[in-house]
Amino acid sequence: MRKLFSKITFWKAVAALILAAGAYSFYVRCTRGLGGSTHLSDQFPWGLWIGFDVLCGVGLAAGGFALCATVHIFNVKRFEPILRPTILTAFLGYLLVIVGLLIDLGRTFQIWHAIIMWNPHSVMFEVAWCVMLYTTVLSLEFAPVVLERLKLVRTLKILKKLSIPIVILGVLLSTLHQSSLGSLYLIVPYKLYALWYSPYLPLFFFISALAVGCAMVIFESFLSSRAFRKSLEMGILSQVGRIAVVVLAVYLTMRFMDIYNRHILSLLFVPRTETLMYWAEMIVGVIAPLILLSFPAARRSRTGLFLGSVMIILGFVMDRLNITITGMEASAGTHYAPSWMEVSITMAIVTAGFIAFGLAAKYLPLFEHEPVVQPATLPKQLPEAWIEDLTLVSEQYQA
Amino acid sequence: MISRKAMLIDITLCVGCNACQDACKEKNHLAGGKENALSATAYTALEEHDGVFVRRMCQHCEEPTCASVCPVGAFTKTALGPVLYDESKCIGCRYCMQACPFQVPRYEWSSTKPRVQKCRLCADRLAEGRPTACAEACPTGATKFGDRDELVREAVSRINAEPDKYVHKIYGQEEIGGTSILYITSVPFEKLGFKTQLDKAPLPNLTWNALEKIPGIVSVGSVFLAGIWWITSRRDEVARAEGRGSKTERNGRSL
Repeated sequence: MRKLFSKITFWKAVAALILAAGAYSFYVRCTRGLGGSTHLSDQFPWGLWIGFDVLCGVGLAAGGFALCATVHIFNVKRFEPILRPTILTAFLGYLLVIVGLLIDLGRTFQIWHAIIMWNPHSVMFEVAWCVMLYTTVLSLEFAPVVLERLKLVRTLKILKKLSIPIVILGVLLSTLHQSSLGSLYLIVPYKLYALWYSPYLPLFFFISALAVGCAMVIFESFLSSRAFRKSLEMGILSQVGRIAVVVLAVYLTMRFMDIYNRHILSLLFVPRTETLMYWAEMIVGVIAPLILLSFPAARRSRTGLFLGSVMIILGFVMDRLNITITGMEASAGTHYAPSWMEVSITMAIVTAGFIAFGLAAKYLPLFEHEPVVQPATLPKQLPEAWIEDLTLVSEQYQA
Repeated sequence: MISRKAMLIDITLCVGCNACQDACKEKNHLAGGKENALSATAYTALEEHDGVFVRRMCQHCEEPTCASVCPVGAFTKTALGPVLYDESKCIGCRYCMQACPFQVPRYEWSSTKPRVQKCRLCADRLAEGRPTACAEACPTGATKFGDRDELVREAVSRINAEPDKYVHKIYGQEEIGGTSILYITSVPFEKLGFKTQLDKAPLPNLTWNALEKIPGIVSVGSVFLAGIWWITSRRDEVARAEGRGSKTERNGRSL
């Protein structure tokens, strides 16, 4: 008991430290500008905040739309128990993106211009709108959880009616957003190193986001089960691992075919930093988890699944950072390493995300569905927006 | 029809006197002092490559990448040629800096209201029918201002007059769709830090190819997803009406 207590306070202390450092860096960022707080330069205008907060934040949220489509569109209700935490992760991922953007933008006080000053030729314009719209959609998708807690039955009913259009909109916006982050880099054929620059970048971003979406579902289920002492849905997670294998196989084949078709196979063996980082990304994030999760035994074991998902996530982050940093350094003619303030702000945002998730798990019906009103007083088809079908199904099983 | 203005920079004539930068700083009220590289306070600068001076500045592309990537349309290509930046629109995403193939735009990093800074090709002077400040200040004629078509012809005739001296190429004539700044030289361009790998195709097409697919993805995608939903939920309804378990659910089990 005492051990547990000290463990909890230790992590709380770490979190408090990170948040304090982040707050200080934020203060410096606001008073002394980007120059006083970051290692960004005219040669290297995009750094950690775009590479991690934005590119990875959006990617790590990919589990949300993939699972939403699986459950609500393809009607595979078996995945429903992990839907809510996944949507929450996606929502928090997008908040990471938004906070990251607000801090990274030089003229944040004019950010609203994106709403009224349109330039449809700009990928960044598409990105801006996807962020705005999809965050709205995610909050609507997550709203039932909050509404259930507040027992707002009428609003729940309205949302339930709108749920399918909302889900469809969410899937479309996500597809566009994931791929558009790749499209951002289509404009730099002479700057991004050839191992990463490809006309298929939008497609690669989308597919790798699907893979990391699967990995995030697994990863986060493990964390939740440890933190909140709930049992693990191993059956479901094994299936998710299986989907990840298929996605990774498609991704690996396409990445290789792309290198082959652009006649740059030789670049795979040139002794350069880029080559090393490319192989690291592909081995850690694609090849190794692909092999590991191909074994049914690994997918059934906790260690195997967890290890596989961690590797996919790591590889994904490496890919995005390789594209924003490693692959751009040669053409920029300079090296970039984030300043401690950049790192501390990113860490603070991520920490805030963890805390928000913890609070939500504690105070909201995130894992188990509690009926809003006693079934006796209300016909069963009425309020429980996201769970009605599940109860129906389980009743049918019992019958 | 308004003819596009341009500048021809003959690298063989440049003596590195820095009069262009001095004139530019005076005209644009920029902080003084000689600078050897582009910065937020130097819209133009002389780069020295083994004793040869290369004047760097915004190339004022015919199809500017910066204007295409800016989410709020803060960059415009004006009829006379200058590519202009409007700080009152800018949100500070720095995509222009990331995208510019010539690595030109500079940023006021230490400001809390930072602006992008770059050459404006003296758009106000051009509107009055006057040449750019730098061209007017150049004592050797290394920088010449004029109509773009005429300057291209002039460059060709200079190369033809001394074919052994000049490299047979006008840099900027065709690069990524052509630029308003043209260079000729006697030292190969690649030795002077020029980006010689640039193709003729303008860069904005690259992202437009992806962006133009959006309406198709949205319309086909929404119909497709709605269709799938209709089929799967209909299956459930039928299954329920027939009093057996959900079909998709059973199929899903064996997946």
